[in-house]
Amino acid sequence: MNAPMSFKGQAGQIRERLVVIGNGMAGCRAIEEILERDPARYAITIFGAEPRVNYNRIMLSPVLAGEKTFDEIVINDAAWYADNAITLISGDPVAQIDRRTQTVIAQSGRVEPYDRLLIATGSDPFIIPVPGKDLAGVVTFRDLDDVDRMLAAAENGGAAVVIGGGLLGLEAAHGLSLRGMAVTVVHLMPTLMERQLDEAAGWLLKEELERRGQVILTDADTAEITGKDGHVSGVRLKDGREIPADIVVMAVGIKPSVALAKAAGLDVERGIMVDDHMVTSDPAILAVGECVQHRGACYGLVAPLWDMCRALADHATGSPTGYEGSVTSTKLKVSGIDVFSAGDFSGGDGAEDIVMRDAARGIYKRVVVKDDRLLGAVLYGDTADGNWYFDLLKRGEDISGIREALIFGQAFASGGAQLDPNAAVAALSDDAEICGCNGVSKGKVVGCILGGAHSLDAVRSSCKASASCGSCTGLVESLLAVTLGDEFAGERVEKTVCKCTSFTHDDVRRLIIEKELKAIPQVMQELHWTTPDGCASCRPALNYYLVCAWPGEYVDDQKSRFVNERMHANIQKDGTYSVVPRMWGGLTNPRELRAIADVVEKFNAPMVKVTGGQRLDIFGIKKEDLPAVWADLNAAGMVSGHAYGKSLRTVKTCVGSEWCRFGTQDSTGLGVQIEQSTWGSWMPHKFKIAVSGCPRNCAEATIKDFGVICVDSGYELHVGGNGGIKVRVTDLLCKVATEQEALDHCAAFIQLYREQAHYLERTAPWIERVGLDHVKAGLFDDPDSIRKLAARFRYSQSFMQDDPWAKRAAGEDSELHQHLAEVRPLEFVS
Amino acid sequence: MIGDWLDIGPVDQIAPGNARTLPVRGGEEIAIFHTLDNQFYALVNKCPHKQGPLSQGIVHGTIVTCPLHNWNISLKSGEALGEDKGCVPVVPLRVDAGRIYLLREAVVVKKVA
Ligand code: SRM
Ligand SMILES: Cc1cc2nc3c(=O)[nH]c(=O)nc-3n(C[C@H](O)[C@H](O)[C@H](O)COP(=O)(O)OP(=O)(O)OC[C@H]3O[C@@H](n4cnc5c(N)ncnc54)[C@H](O)[C@@H]3O)c2cc1C
Ligand code: SF4
Ligand code: FES
Repeated sequence: MNAPMSFKGQAGQIRERLVVIGNGMAGCRAIEEILERDPARYAITIFGAEPRVNYNRIMLSPVLAGEKTFDEIVINDAAWYADNAITLISGDPVAQIDRRTQTVIAQSGRVEPYDRLLIATGSDPFIIPVPGKDLAGVVTFRDLDDVDRMLAAAENGGAAVVIGGGLLGLEAAHGLSLRGMAVTVVHLMPTLMERQLDEAAGWLLKEELERRGQVILTDADTAEITGKDGHVSGVRLKDGREIPADIVVMAVGIKPSVALAKAAGLDVERGIMVDDHMVTSDPAILAVGECVQHRGACYGLVAPLWDMCRALADHATGSPTGYEGSVTSTKLKVSGIDVFSAGDFSGGDGAEDIVMRDAARGIYKRVVVKDDRLLGAVLYGDTADGNWYFDLLKRGEDISGIREALIFGQAFASGGAQLDPNAAVAALSDDAEICGCNGVSKGKVVGCILGGAHSLDAVRSSCKASASCGSCTGLVESLLAVTLGDEFAGERVEKTVCKCTSFTHDDVRRLIIEKELKAIPQVMQELHWTTPDGCASCRPALNYYLVCAWPGEYVDDQKSRFVNERMHANIQKDGTYSVVPRMWGGLTNPRELRAIADVVEKFNAPMVKVTGGQRLDIFGIKKEDLPAVWADLNAAGMVSGHAYGKSLRTVKTCVGSEWCRFGTQDSTGLGVQIEQSTWGSWMPHKFKIAVSGCPRNCAEATIKDFGVICVDSGYELHVGGNGGIKVRVTDLLCKVATEQEALDHCAAFIQLYREQAHYLERTAPWIERVGLDHVKAGLFDDPDSIRKLAARFRYSQSFMQDDPWAKRAAGEDSELHQHLAEVRPLEFVS
Repeated sequence: MIGDWLDIGPVDQIAPGNARTLPVRGGEEIAIFHTLDNQFYALVNKCPHKQGPLSQGIVHGTIVTCPLHNWNISLKSGEALGEDKGCVPVVPLRVDAGRIYLLREAVVVKKVA
């Protein structure tokens, strides 16, 4: 307009006019970098939407938490603008860029011409489009005004709901809770900060925040923000739960602020497209910060912005270098909680996880290594080495020389020649504590070993080290190796659960109860799992142990179940499923048979067969059709036969005294009663029962896990039979007089097996391992044992006897049965 | 860019630790995995051993254990791990702004064995 095209600077040369949109972190840093290189080059004007000077946005969290004041987080005060002859136009956002006349037009109508324009508009908070999002009391967390709104709300105490369990959300939650509000975090995903943390670290974080009194709801999808008189009153989740709230903080993510650039016709995808010199599709216009997209990436952290600003200033002052993208690392700014993550920790081919856990100190460390380079790191509880790992990662340093010691951190890894993990233990002082439970020092353990305790068990019994929780087992073994050298025989004989842990099945089962461990990630942390999320062997085992230990309390982890148990049907070699409804004691009736016949026809099942377990098996059902098949079977009164589960399978019976000329008791009736009291129960392995009406044993009860042979005077109870790979005939357990006693003994025996056997151990190998006497002692030594065990079994059954088919038929977990979509290419390349 | 990639919907259709399937008419069914570390991968849904449906296996790290005979298959390369030998085609996948995209030309391939 009428402003001069250029004006003369002090040195007399013509200054180009540089206009900056955005008085934020990137915009101002870019100016600082330019001034450092060539203070006389540009006449600078900065527009800022916020009515204040430039401040450190990341410190808004400490301001909210009351740890800092606004004055303390100002980066450039008014004097800085004056000293550098920068015109700051704050509180007046730019409304339009006119590229033809090279001017920007502010909301107030002010027009400012430019030779060069720098767009640094940052990001806008993402608002989820739910009803109620515009109510008063719904705030975002982006600038000082947002903080002021939160502080005003917190003054009256009350309840806050934070939607979003990422970095921003958790920092907001922390601040509000320090300010005295009752805080609930609502997070869509199953783990907190899932973009930066793995399951193990996310779980530890959740535990700690809960300990501090926050309520953390994961897998929680917001349906609506409810209001009263135009002000927010709460949040309703899709599952129906309602959480009252006086303030709702929406912290679900950010999106680059690109509206101005888009309207001006610049190339914009997710962010404003820039080249390596931060130049947009218009050579006169630069862009920097969260609003840009560089080589396909948009960033939401400051470190990459600093690199961008350097490249921008180099270019803008005539000595271009170029920006090549950034690797980022994350820290959470919540006092007392140390979380760090960097790089790629998805592992995979040739990549190896090195995990270290210290349950007593709440530490989880994981580094991912591939081809002698560090790929990523997740640290929880002790982040002192975060920067060191990040540095190794960014520089792509060859870590082969320090590999063994890498996980112990910089101090140890750089410590010198001794890189054997045993050396870490050797380097400990004599009074360093080895076993926290029993307070045993290194000196004492070594003394024991020198005194003749040459094995782990010997150490355990002589000085108690590692005899309690066992988490120091690795340390004690290292001490044995260091002290005895070649004389140490090496690892223990008893097998561990899998390669992810040094604990045995018995250890794990005992510690789950002793330490009240109630979630898979918790077991993995407390028992020092060496992998981040276990493997296909330990996950199902842990899931079972937890189901068994905490009936009604533990939430079954579907993803840790083998396909058959997840789908409630048996997978076949062609990927279809077979369906076996329960036929109590092998009995059926016209209604059931008709329903089965109808299902076979309706779903075109290619085969239906009588099984070796006295029931019918329908083959060739597609996973999509399973819920409909089950609905039809349910309608005729049939429930899941669990032919797929590590659970009660069948109860076979013979005709018994009702019809058979040799029958001594009602074997059919007893079989039905037994099946009705035991179906639905999860076990270490599958469990089969049979009841025969006389010793002719037509139901083959003496090769079953639990078998009953009826005799004139009562019932012989047999256990530990197996007709499978290795045939084993049952052992006689005892004889009882009444049906009720038979039922009680059956329940008690099952519970003993459930509580004591290893996962995937059937009763036959279990009894071979522990001995029949051990089983008898468990059942009979205390006269009250049968009653107590049976009571525990029945309590557990009160949660288990819930037909899984009916739930699926009603729509539960429908995504397990449905395809995502179908691709139908118009034309096929063949 | 968009034209080369097939949008198959939002990421939250697949819970972490799970997989879902995408039948391709005249082509191979694809399995899309969501790991516990929040990564997404896509493979042809056929185990290199005996064509087991990998989508139904247990996912741990970036590995899926085949439901039929427990081969471990890398989600990143499709290679069988450990002693087992074989490889299943990988379908290039990217996640952008909360949606999953598959490389169109890799989806529309003729049937493998
Ligand atoms: C359907 C059936 C065969 C039939 O058509 O009769 C059958 C089918 C299978 N049996 Fe069986 N078994 C069947 C009765 C038996 C019996 C007989 C019995 O129960 O009286 C035995 C020997 C008795 C025993 O278990 O002690 C039997 C011993 C096995 C074994 C070996 C178990 C062992 O401890 O050695 C396996 C393998 C395993 O479990 O690891 C097995 C595994 C299987 C599996 C689940 C194989 C698998 O992992 O996919 C088969 C599933 C087919 C399917 O999709 O339905 N099946 N299986 C029978 C179903 C009975 C039912 O109504 O639920
Ligand atoms: C609470 C909080 C905590 C954070 N913690 C961390 C952390 O710990 N570590 C980390 O690395 N990062 C953190 N971040 C992210 C970090 O603050 C951003 O990456 C950084 O501020 C981005 O800089 P920027 O200049 O691109 O955007 P901003 O700093 O947002 O600056 C953009 C400025 O442009 C202004 N603007 C927008 N449109 C216009 C217009 N039309 N006219 C005039 N002005 C306009 C905006 O008002 C804003 O002041 C945090 C962010 C927040 C909100
Ligand atoms: S005997 Fe073998 S082939 Fe026959 S059903 Fe049992 S597991 Fe399958
Ligand atoms: S088909 Fe996958 S392991 Fe056999």
